[in-house]
Amino acid sequence: MIYAILRRFGQMLFVMFGISVIVFLIFFATPGSDPAARIAGRNASPEVLEAVRHSFGFDRPLYVQYVTMMEKIFVTGDLTSFVNRGWKVVPAVMDSIPVTLSLVFGAAVLWVVVSIVIGIVAAATRDSWLDKLLMALGLLGISMPVYWLGEVMNLITQSRYHDSWAFSWVPPLGYKNFSDDPKGWFLTLVIPWITLAILYIGIYGRVLRAAIIESMQEDYIRTARAKGLSETRILLRHALRTSLIAFVTLFGLDFGALVGGSALLTEVVFGLHGIGKLTYDALQNLDLPMIMATVMYASMFVVVANAVVDFVYILLDPRLRTS
Amino acid sequence: MILSVRDLKVSFRTNDGLVRAIDGVSFDLDESEILGVVGESGSGKTVSLLAVMGLITDPNATIEGSIRYKGRELVGLPARELRRLRGNEIAMIFQDPMTALTPVYTIGWQIAEQIRAHRRVSKAKAMERVEELLAEVNFPNPHEAMSRYPHQLSGGMRQRAVIAMALSCNPALLVADEPTTALDVTVQAGILDLVRKLRATHKSAVVFITHDMGVVSELADRVMVMYAGRVVERGSRTELFSDPRHPYTRALLGSIPPLTGEKPRRLPAIPGSPPSLLRLPKGCAFGPRCPVRYEPCETEKPALGAGSHPAACFRVAQA
Repeated sequence: MIYAILRRFGQMLFVMFGISVIVFLIFFATPGSDPAARIAGRNASPEVLEAVRHSFGFDRPLYVQYVTMMEKIFVTGDLTSFVNRGWKVVPAVMDSIPVTLSLVFGAAVLWVVVSIVIGIVAAATRDSWLDKLLMALGLLGISMPVYWLGEVMNLITQSRYHDSWAFSWVPPLGYKNFSDDPKGWFLTLVIPWITLAILYIGIYGRVLRAAIIESMQEDYIRTARAKGLSETRILLRHALRTSLIAFVTLFGLDFGALVGGSALLTEVVFGLHGIGKLTYDALQNLDLPMIMATVMYASMFVVVANAVVDFVYILLDPRLRTS
Repeated sequence: MILSVRDLKVSFRTNDGLVRAIDGVSFDLDESEILGVVGESGSGKTVSLLAVMGLITDPNATIEGSIRYKGRELVGLPARELRRLRGNEIAMIFQDPMTALTPVYTIGWQIAEQIRAHRRVSKAKAMERVEELLAEVNFPNPHEAMSRYPHQLSGGMRQRAVIAMALSCNPALLVADEPTTALDVTVQAGILDLVRKLRATHKSAVVFITHDMGVVSELADRVMVMYAGRVVERGSRTELFSDPRHPYTRALLGSIPPLTGEKPRRLPAIPGSPPSLLRLPKGCAFGPRCPVRYEPCETEKPALGAGSHPAACFRVAQA
């Protein structure tokens, strides 16, 4: 088992290296364009262009350029944005990481817990009115675009009903550091968490219900019944446990993507300056160093999330431990 | 008498109409007796035993008739009461050991789970018992086997684990649904030995479902032959093998290759295939495939009759 985990860890490092090379090549070795000109931005003076060329090593071989770039991102952290006049890229990314992590992690806890409950209840009461109601609500959750839902949430909690007893606790939009003000951090994030989680609650609840119902057809469920176990125990210990594997796969993909910037719409609607917002702004300004850094960051997170999922797999499914 | 089934009928509502999977099956089982139930796929062997276990969960199924276990009526018994019997007094071994165990738990955990569902014992005590059981079903290294997952064991070993699980609460009745079908022949022999030995040590009565006449002739005290949801012949092993009465039983026995003498170029096979339960013939269900059918077979269903060795065939009644 230790071996399986170590091997997976090695694979993860290899994939990260591969991604960094590909990202680098896309930005710096695309034929027919001068990366220095793109980094320096529009209307850059010849002096600036020359400085860029020298600082990124564009006058030297490609592998030196790669090493220089990686050094700037991961070691010295002095990658500079020229479009934004000397803004340090790495600290900007580091500042927005906790915002995105807070948002996505809280939402993930919410959607995992609620969707597991919904999935179990719906599967246990299969074809009853409760099952149908839960699945219809799930579909509704999936169908509501997050930017629309977010704005409606804001309309209700920030303006229309803000002064009523129900929503007077909701603080103004924005992010508060957990270390400065834990209560403020929590309160500002409650509504964004719910908004982001609703879509995933719908998806995961439906997926889990289907997986449980499928497991309930398996031979080992019949064995469990023949053993004289209670239906609750069969559902939770045998059917749910084997259904979680599909659930975890999905979770790894979604969590990685969200942390890597897919929470953009939620971040924009709630004024949270996270990774998504940072990437979005960088794309609008064609801020190449910033795009480079956020793309690297996002892909790393997808890779790490997938590795974590694989570790959880190994815990959940003993069949994967030996092979 | 440990089990007494009377006029059991199981039917399923389907889109194409009502399917009567079991149509009036009756049989008795004495303590520590082995009853072999033989028939082709779809003859209702498994469904009738699932009904005994109370494991027919299909909402479209209806069960009629009477199933008495130690004098207690099981048909219509509340789920809680039935659960207390299942795995405790009535245990079941399934056909495919590859899929019968939950893949994510160890063998030891799964057997202990059953013990703890019926007995108030500590985890450690249950695990001790698991080790004994695994030794009893001839695991070479029972202590180590406890911490194995199903996928780490061979088919024969898994079936032994399933049998150990079935025996964990000393059941008075063991139902085995083709436990050797998915295994190769040498492993089969081991499992049959085990069943015989267990009958001797645990005094359990066994209902053994199979379509293998060879297995039946080795193991069973009494034999019941089923066709299209009905019992067509019943008798002791010697009666049935030395004097098969129903044409279907004869045909089944005729399709076993002889061990001595000249080998036939082709084994005789039963022509045709079992009838669809949706469109059973008006008369005898075996009629269309029967070599000795005559007029009454077309219009009326032959009854099984009474006695120690009855057969549901007009020819037998005639003789």
